[in-house]
Amino acid sequence: MKNGWETVIGLEIHAQLSTESKIFCGCSTRFGDEPNANTCPVCLGLPGALPVLNRRAVELGARAALALALNINERSIFARKNYFYPDLPKGYQISQYDQPFSERGELEIMTAERDEGGHPREWLPLKVRITRLHLEEDAGKNVHEGLPEVDRFSYIDLNRAGTPLAEIVTEPDFRSSWQAYDYVNYVRQALQWVGASEADMEKGNLRCEANVSVRRIGDEKFGTKVELKNLNSVRYMQRAIEFEIERQIELIESGGRVAQETRLWDERNSETRVMRSKEEAHDYRYFPEPDLPPLIVSKDFIEEVRASLPELPDARRKRFAEEYGLAYADAVQLTQNRALADYYEEAARAANNSRGAANWIRTELLRELEAAGLTADKSPVRPEELGALLRFIEEGKISGKQGKDVLIEMFASGKSAAAIIEERGLVQVSDTGEIDAIIEEVLNSNPQQLAQYRSGKETIFGFFVGQVMKASKGKANPKVVNERLKEKLNK
Amino acid sequence: MNFSETDIETLRHAILQRETTTRAVVESSINAAEKLNDTLNAFLQIDRAGALRRADEIDASGDAKQSLAGVPIAIKDNICVRGLQTSCGSRILGPYHAPYNATAIERLNAAGAIIIGKTNCDEFAMGSSNENSAFGPVRNPWDTERVPGGSSGGSAAAVASGIVPVALGSETGGSVRQPASLCGIVGLKPTYGRVSRYGLVAFGSSLDQIGIFGRNARDVAEVLKVIAGRDEHDSTTADVPVPDYTSEIGGDIKGARIGVPRDLFGEGLDEEVRASVENAIEAYRDLGAEIVEVELPHAKYCIAVYYIIATAEASSNLARYDGVRYGFRAEESNELRSMYRRTRDEGFGAEVKRRIMLGTYVLSSGYYDAYYRKAQQVRTLIREDFLKAFEKCDAIATPTTPTPAFKIGEKTDDPLAMYLNDIYTCTANLASIPGISIPCGLSNDGLPIGFQLMGTYWSESNLLRLAHAFEQAQPFTERPRITAH
Repeated sequence: MKNGWETVIGLEIHAQLSTESKIFCGCSTRFGDEPNANTCPVCLGLPGALPVLNRRAVELGARAALALALNINERSIFARKNYFYPDLPKGYQISQYDQPFSERGELEIMTAERDEGGHPREWLPLKVRITRLHLEEDAGKNVHEGLPEVDRFSYIDLNRAGTPLAEIVTEPDFRSSWQAYDYVNYVRQALQWVGASEADMEKGNLRCEANVSVRRIGDEKFGTKVELKNLNSVRYMQRAIEFEIERQIELIESGGRVAQETRLWDERNSETRVMRSKEEAHDYRYFPEPDLPPLIVSKDFIEEVRASLPELPDARRKRFAEEYGLAYADAVQLTQNRALADYYEEAARAANNSRGAANWIRTELLRELEAAGLTADKSPVRPEELGALLRFIEEGKISGKQGKDVLIEMFASGKSAAAIIEERGLVQVSDTGEIDAIIEEVLNSNPQQLAQYRSGKETIFGFFVGQVMKASKGKANPKVVNERLKEKLNK
Repeated sequence: MNFSETDIETLRHAILQRETTTRAVVESSINAAEKLNDTLNAFLQIDRAGALRRADEIDASGDAKQSLAGVPIAIKDNICVRGLQTSCGSRILGPYHAPYNATAIERLNAAGAIIIGKTNCDEFAMGSSNENSAFGPVRNPWDTERVPGGSSGGSAAAVASGIVPVALGSETGGSVRQPASLCGIVGLKPTYGRVSRYGLVAFGSSLDQIGIFGRNARDVAEVLKVIAGRDEHDSTTADVPVPDYTSEIGGDIKGARIGVPRDLFGEGLDEEVRASVENAIEAYRDLGAEIVEVELPHAKYCIAVYYIIATAEASSNLARYDGVRYGFRAEESNELRSMYRRTRDEGFGAEVKRRIMLGTYVLSSGYYDAYYRKAQQVRTLIREDFLKAFEKCDAIATPTTPTPAFKIGEKTDDPLAMYLNDIYTCTANLASIPGISIPCGLSNDGLPIGFQLMGTYWSESNLLRLAHAFEQAQPFTERPRITAH
């Protein structure tokens, strides 16, 4: 960013909670069904229908709130947010307003600025204040494509209407697009981690909006903020913010003023465009939803949910670094999801080698998983088996290089390491007597080279190693070969 | 047998003893409805085929033991009955047919009641005279030049004229008790949360409650027993046990304390009405009740508070009528905004638009605190007034309306004068308490006069018992000019 300027960013995330049924009726939340198949009088907004709160949405909301270190209010109020839009069947969205489900979270995340290639420089902690997480219902979808006479008609699919959402709002605590990027990734991961949401931006079950303003360093007042929408991936969001920062600085430096407005990110043209100005902004006329009593959650309920949460990603990362002696970046990689972190811990235990397990998972297993499109819990190589393989290598039964081939076959065939080693006859020869005999043979059949070595050309040592390995058909333990060969040659 | 004078118990007895058939009862009711509709305009839809089919089923089963088996009932057209229209008296819902039953309807069906049709009402239950129906006003069976009251005027006229023994209406601010009073019948508004609102088209959600019309307290109790109680589809229904309202009726009422808020008997109250209500209070004294003075110091704000809260909620509740999914859509709109505007402009009547605008205004940014929040605070004060008064008495007696039925067209140009009709009734809606209107006399013009009793939460039993005792002491035997027989 340009010198002398500071960026201020606040974020709003909408995450779909992973319930089976909708937040105010019994309809399924399944994705991809026939349009309007999953609807009823309640989510269609038919006259006379009334909402009834889904307990499961409250539980998942509580998991999400606690995962993000928010304080859950024992009493919260649903409110109506009034506006007209065809995908909003009641003409209002049931949301929460001045008494939300949870408030005042303080989260510490790790963040890093990136170089031109997008590679992180130094990872540093950042404190993020989360203003609130509240519960609300999603709207349906307007469909303008793939149906008859779309030039004359718009269509509406209300399958999504009434899907439970958690809206998560931060204070304006981010000072760069990459901080925002790292935060959103953190939230996605945390929500998946506790099972509150699939948090998949491609599927639209996690959506994000950014409030962006700039000010000169030293200014106390915030600049005029612009709301960015249509940020369909974390990367798009980062790029949109970056574009917006440059746009606003240029505007101010050329004597202009930033207008308070909502802008859409246009990925194709890599720019933001005005959607609506402040004058066109809605007055949502929030008021308490009279159809729903206050939402009361007991202290016991909150503590039950807290007790049922798994160790959260950030805590686990820190523990991996301390307990297993891993580099922070490696711990980050191994905790990208709960399944992988669980896998790692089991493999490390089975291998009795935490760093070895980390290296093998990071360099070998993840490549295979990625190629096969699998998550760690679906890996054909179970963590105990990876541990067994690592022990074979550690004990010198096979070489590391052999191990890599074995792992690939384990992955493809699902066989155990022991079975593959056995089948391939891969047992490494470490027996000094056997190796000595091969060395004897190699030295005898290469008298010329032996003479050269003995006359001082020690660089020829590698030649002998190669010959011994070759004669053993690769089975000789290279470490033992080295030791024995040195001894024989220097005799 | 003259069914138009028969109470539910006698009717059921006659069917059980095979003195008559369900079909005969229902047919007579439908014939009357059809015959009188030209005069009264009480029904928007009469379901002859469906009602007779249900009647035949009951006759064929030979099992008429359910508590309302064979009892014809009329339903206000803002309560959803599967397969029948639900127009709410509005053009905007005109062609709409409900695909599901309201919970109250499910319960009536299960008890064997037979729905004969949907009754006319003020558009979206907004009105006190039934003149706001898009389908023409209902006429008062006592004097067809006069209004039957509103908004549940069709249901009130249907019961008063003897078409049905009982009918469902709905209240947001007096819409059952006021027409009951103007039509000379009993009308009960239960405690908020007593009867499920699921399937009642919302007007003011924190005030709305289904109510019951009958020609006597016992019939009303029969219906309440069936429809009251917790409903998992309505989170605002209470998990409070439902008493056997009919068996709690009867016996003497010695020692009952009737509270009288003298302050409310002043300005604007018709002298004949005052005299008639005073007479009713004296009747209670004669029955051994104790008459005590009570004060409701904030009751005078009820119209102001009511028209803020009810319209605020209505402005939101009526947003769904946008022409997108069901009901009326204005033609020849070529973009979204104009479709919304024209649909709502052509679909809603003047009073509904007035209230949507009022409600939108009081909720809008910058005015919320001054209007909506303030109104909620005063609502709390009104509620506290009542709770305090109920420490001194078991029920509070007032007139139901300031005057008997007025002429059609008399108040249509003066919304405020119209609103003042609800001055005695809308406090009960604001306080969420039950109220009942009971006929107590005729004016010199031959128009019925009613008084109301209000009680604390869940005291319907007590109100019905007091109403019944009055009926025994001073039977209201007058009948309107227009009747089924």
